[in-house]
Amino acid sequence: MRGATHARWAACAVTVAVAAAACGGGGSGGGPGVVTSSWGDPQNPLEPANTNEVQGGKILDMIFRGLKRYDPKTGEAKNMVAESIGTKDAQNFTVKIKKGWTFSNGEKITAKSFVEAWNYGANARNNQKNAYFFGYIDGYDKVHPEQGEPSAETLSGLKVVDDTTFTVKLSQKFSTWPDTLGYPTFAPLPKAFYDDHDAWLAKPVGNGPYTVDAYTKGSQMSLRKWDAYPGEDKARNDGVDMQVYTDNNTAYTNLMAGNLDLVDDVPAAQLRNAESDLGDRYINTPAGIIQTLAFPFYDEEWNKPGREKVRRGLSMAINREQITETIFQKTRTPATDWTSPVLGKDGGYGPGLCGDACAYDAARARRLVEEGGGIPGGRLRITYNADTGSHKEWVDAVCNSINKALQKDKACVGNPVGTFADFRSQASEQQLDGPWRAGWQMDYPLIQNFLEPNYFTDASSNDGKFSDKEFDRLVNEANGETDTAKAVATFQKAEKILAEKMPAIPLWYQNGSAGHSDRISDVALNQFSVPVYEQITVDR
Amino acid sequence: MGRYVIRRLLQMIPVFFGATLLIFLMVHVMGDPVAGLCGDRACDAATAARLKQEFGLDEPVGQQYLTYMGNVFVGDFGTAFNGQPVTELMAAAFPVTIRLTLVAVVFEIVIGISLGVLTGLRRGRPIDTAVLLLTLVVISVPTFVTGLVLQLLLGVRWGVIKPSVSSGAPVDELLIPGLVLASVSLAYVTRLTRTSIAENRRADYVRTAVAKGLPRRRVITRHLLRNSLIPVVTFIGTDVGALMGGAIVTERIFNIHGVGFQLYQGILRQSTQTVVGFVTVLVLVFLLANLIVDLLYAVLDPRIRYA
Repeated sequence: MRGATHARWAACAVTVAVAAAACGGGGSGGGPGVVTSSWGDPQNPLEPANTNEVQGGKILDMIFRGLKRYDPKTGEAKNMVAESIGTKDAQNFTVKIKKGWTFSNGEKITAKSFVEAWNYGANARNNQKNAYFFGYIDGYDKVHPEQGEPSAETLSGLKVVDDTTFTVKLSQKFSTWPDTLGYPTFAPLPKAFYDDHDAWLAKPVGNGPYTVDAYTKGSQMSLRKWDAYPGEDKARNDGVDMQVYTDNNTAYTNLMAGNLDLVDDVPAAQLRNAESDLGDRYINTPAGIIQTLAFPFYDEEWNKPGREKVRRGLSMAINREQITETIFQKTRTPATDWTSPVLGKDGGYGPGLCGDACAYDAARARRLVEEGGGIPGGRLRITYNADTGSHKEWVDAVCNSINKALQKDKACVGNPVGTFADFRSQASEQQLDGPWRAGWQMDYPLIQNFLEPNYFTDASSNDGKFSDKEFDRLVNEANGETDTAKAVATFQKAEKILAEKMPAIPLWYQNGSAGHSDRISDVALNQFSVPVYEQITVDR
Repeated sequence: MGRYVIRRLLQMIPVFFGATLLIFLMVHVMGDPVAGLCGDRACDAATAARLKQEFGLDEPVGQQYLTYMGNVFVGDFGTAFNGQPVTELMAAAFPVTIRLTLVAVVFEIVIGISLGVLTGLRRGRPIDTAVLLLTLVVISVPTFVTGLVLQLLLGVRWGVIKPSVSSGAPVDELLIPGLVLASVSLAYVTRLTRTSIAENRRADYVRTAVAKGLPRRRVITRHLLRNSLIPVVTFIGTDVGALMGGAIVTERIFNIHGVGFQLYQGILRQSTQTVVGFVTVLVLVFLLANLIVDLLYAVLDPRIRYA
């Protein structure tokens, strides 16, 4: 009877396979009018004040509208839910919100929806990773002390006046503060968020042009157009299906095979072919991202007077033109200041502000490095994380360029670190003794956002612990300036100090690159290199 | 038999603890995961401290391990960094990978053994040489090359399949990924079966069976094949565990959201809970597969008895 057992087993296997096939069915296509787009698995829970990376940010941008919104074309912060945000002294603000806005579950949006959301985000008890965004508001140190339990539950600087008005008192002057309010962290939250937090996280409810139809964590989120959306920027398609891809190469392959409409991150390996593969369906536009090499100022060797010559010399030894062309296929632009072209000249972008120090000049580079006393320790080790973003290629190229300019074979080497987390912990705990790759993706299109978090004494992203009194003074002065043009000019004065001291070598401005199918049109990337989903139209 | 099974199960306990402790230490050595959670900017000290506390990262590693194992025994595998319980991730990932592995194993059994029998019976003939060459090629080409080439040809150029598997991962979409995953093992199964068959063909009991006048089909399936399958079963059995763990490459190429996907994400984000949880289950699968293989010996060859 053994033969029979075998046959039965085989039959079972087939049955299981067929049954599994039947139950596993259901395609990925979203149907007519729905765009399918590549997505990455967000690493944090999807809450406005807890989302600090692009993948989660994309979704928040679709399902939330805050007081302001950055114009996808110009980057200008325009009033969205806000009727007006007024101030006389750059420190006390009165926010009036428009009537008629609701969340997609019908709840009315009032001043309270904002104030409560901000109090929640700032409170240390809620472990929100973007809590520091509320740091300018008076009373932040009480709800989010450096150590220990908070001594207050709400920010003393926030006061609800009536249903449509609230006031904000900042702890210092900050004239461009209203322009920061387009960041998703400042979104309003409905009652459902606090009432049943887990349910909200499983299916977030917001006030944006899209609603979440279905969310399978780690694999797909279906967003559908919210027909009753009160804003002017209504979705022009019926919805977007965000599909998680582990590998952007697979996403690109799917785009080529016609299974996917939109890839918003063309893999480095495909950049060479993207233009011929896609033609005018390949998008390559500037984004608010700059890459730099940061230096350890906590290390005596790098902080000595005269070392700025070494840093400037190293900067001159990097052939930015060649690297951006050969390695990045022109999806990067050589940097000549510490901001980004997306700010525009009025916003503070200062092309050429870095001066000679950002131009390739091997002979002067060599001379400067020698005058400055040579590279500390005799060898430059550039630390980077090897897990994502093909950083190895450009770090090797930068080192190659430096070695050639200094005419020493081993003057510069790459120092790969296995994972991003490990890399970040080494950088933020001041464990590195040489430069490291630093990148800055802007939170909001303001020159302030490029300078203050990175180079102000003890600022949140100043991992190298650069400190300069004059720089700090100018930044404070600029923040207190009510006239925007004057504020920008003062920020640029501060930036000139960076050009002298070279706390970080500007490398290049990064572009956003995307590709789409011929099924959709009107695809564009905003300054954050995120597709402007609601403007996409579906042709067939 | 019963005592043998119990002894084997008891042996699993130290292996299980050793393996999990090793993985735990390995992930721990990789550094502070909280630093990566806040992106390019450092978490503020207060939030970082609270997050560490939430994930139990503020305790010494030995204590962390004990707490973790304690929780595992009541079925709590902790929480991944995105706030999802690891058991939820497992419930989503394991069925997919098990389906993929099943497809792969079926390919190994059906194609591998048939080709093995075919070539074993026709040793030295052109078909034997051809299959030998073919298996040599398959073994020497890395899986990701096979995967990417098949994906490009079948998925993009000819449009026969979808280049990636949709989120439900139905079996028909898993056929090509399964074949890719199985490819190398399949070649080994072919070669093992061939050698084994070729050897046993000259054995006395086969000659006796032929001399008795049994039909050729019966001689091959009941006498020759059954005895020749012992090494093959060993291989396939241990391969089940290897396939599930090794699916990481195939899953990445075809964007299958299974165990490989979760492990990859877990390692990138240094999420101890995710990595240790998944590896723990994989270790169990491996151990059980080995036990089943050993028990199957007795079924194939009644002379093997376990006391």
